[in-house]
Amino acid sequence: MTQTAEQTRNITLTQALNEAMREEMRRDERVFIMGEDIQSGVYGASAGLAQEFGYERVRDCPLSENAFMGAAVGAAAVGMRPIVESAFCFMWVAMDSLVSQASKMRYMFGGQVDLPIVYRASLYYGGSMAAHHSDRSYPLFMHIPGFKVVFASNSYDGKGLMKTAIRDNDPVLFCEDRTILGARGEVPEDDYAIPLGVADVKREGTDVTIVAIGGMVPRALEAADTLAQEGISAEVLDPRTLVPLDRQAILDSVAKTGRLVTVDMAHKTCSAASEIAAIVAMEGFWSLQAPVQRLGTANVHIPFSTALEPLCYPTAETIADAARATLE
Amino acid sequence: MLEDKTLLMEMLRRMVRIRLFEERVIQLVERGEIVGAAHSYIGEEAVAVGACMALRDDDWMTGNHRSHGHPIAKGGDVNKAMAELLGKATGLCKGKGGSMHLADFSVGILGESGILGSSIPTAVGAALGSVLQGNDRVAVPFFGDGASNEGAFHESINLAAIWKLPVVFLCENNQYAVSSSFKKMVASENISDRSAAYNIPGVLVDGQDCIAMYEAVSAAVARARAGEGPSLIEGRTYRYYDHSLGLGRIVRTAYREDEEVELWKQRDPINIHKERLLSQGMATQKEIDAIDAETQRQIDDATEFARQSPYPEPEALFEDMFADPIPLE
Repeated sequence: MTQTAEQTRNITLTQALNEAMREEMRRDERVFIMGEDIQSGVYGASAGLAQEFGYERVRDCPLSENAFMGAAVGAAAVGMRPIVESAFCFMWVAMDSLVSQASKMRYMFGGQVDLPIVYRASLYYGGSMAAHHSDRSYPLFMHIPGFKVVFASNSYDGKGLMKTAIRDNDPVLFCEDRTILGARGEVPEDDYAIPLGVADVKREGTDVTIVAIGGMVPRALEAADTLAQEGISAEVLDPRTLVPLDRQAILDSVAKTGRLVTVDMAHKTCSAASEIAAIVAMEGFWSLQAPVQRLGTANVHIPFSTALEPLCYPTAETIADAARATLE
Repeated sequence: MLEDKTLLMEMLRRMVRIRLFEERVIQLVERGEIVGAAHSYIGEEAVAVGACMALRDDDWMTGNHRSHGHPIAKGGDVNKAMAELLGKATGLCKGKGGSMHLADFSVGILGESGILGSSIPTAVGAALGSVLQGNDRVAVPFFGDGASNEGAFHESINLAAIWKLPVVFLCENNQYAVSSSFKKMVASENISDRSAAYNIPGVLVDGQDCIAMYEAVSAAVARARAGEGPSLIEGRTYRYYDHSLGLGRIVRTAYREDEEVELWKQRDPINIHKERLLSQGMATQKEIDAIDAETQRQIDDATEFARQSPYPEPEALFEDMFADPIPLE
């Protein structure tokens, strides 16, 4: 990880996202935020922004996700740079605006318009929120051309990637994983941004590559600790952005280790992990010494009971098991 | 009485331009030169022209699937519109949009949507942009009676009303969504009545009368520019052709009576305007004939331009996806 300044602060991912938005709103008056209950900062990352920037630039919206996610398109089309705060579970009712307008408008109109929009999408899985609220549907937005998809796994990446997302001139889906938003990490004092499409090796290793996304990164790191005690050297690679995807970094890592475990918290079928497995199968086949292991959420809806929900997702244990399987 | 001759003649010119453009489109569809779906605006010209003449060039509008008329009414380039319908590289959208997705940002057209109701939130967002940027540009989403049943319409009108955004919601009630009469599909008697639920003005206008449309939209625009919020205008009109050109061949059960179609054709918006200009002494038959002839030449030229234009090169397939490009496969 590249940390430059000697001056750093230990802050949560939520605070890092808040700082990124605050600094970009100070830097560029075209940036504004809208969403539900953001003036009161109910969900954390937007806390205090209304007090600094006022209710014109920090706008509370009615429960009309299709209208305000679509209004973001119109505002962007006329020169504004909206940030929309929401969650994957609420995007289903806004899919027409997201797909028919945000993703297609630029191409369909022959490049006449730029749409600099950040759609911030929370993932509420892992907290007994049951089937409706626990959606993790980011692979769907990889499937739809026109979105960039960003998924930060720590405070440093979160702040640097959010700044880039706000400065980018296309619709960006910014995934915010509630299982890690409270985790602390070092963030430099100085201004910095992280380019899209550049993966980061979170832990170097030589025997097996574990590609992990968002909240799966800390679980993969925990698995790597366990594996190290067994003499297995696991490399943990975080793509950080899924569109664009740093294919070369993944292929380079697999070329070094010869083994691949892909992990994400989307449902297994057509997951980000599936796409990464397919890329390595096509372009990294001759590096592979064992079949690829793909981990994801079971293809069931998320049950409420604490006896059942944890069985859905990859864990440090199942990640370690998958890594061991590549070495059998 | 409106006595601005320049304005009245320009209304006629734009309505005739739409009519002759659309008549040419029918020929080109029949000849197979235009492929895919095409939805004729013939019969509804006064709605778009009356409304757009009440707007400034820098005001915004969005359209729908039946929207060849709106770019012309807003003053857009006819050559580029025709080229787009033929899928040519010189088209408004470089051949990537076609009949249902004309857009011309140079004259404030934020684009047309084949998914109905879908571009209404876009127009509301453009109006939000006006407020945040501190200018007085108004946004007009054009949509039909069918789209007024979409959630996007109701969410958008509420959002614009609570934020007092400069939007003129313009419903072109041509009375049929494909084959479904609005009388069966809309719970209120008039679509304009729906404004009551959002505490904004709602006006029912004769959509065959371009001056009535112009006056109603002018009042709504003045209100919007003054920061008093949105309005809903229903232009009651009629489409002479079926939902989509060629659909008549596959619709098995008649959904409207021939007598009804004939009755509405007797209230043709272009004839109404011409007769008024003549009877009020605002124009001579010679002046009117000159507009017809000049416009026919313009449409012929546009057709020739579109035909002679090149198709997009294969490389164009991967262009225009992103403003900040990324690798695509």
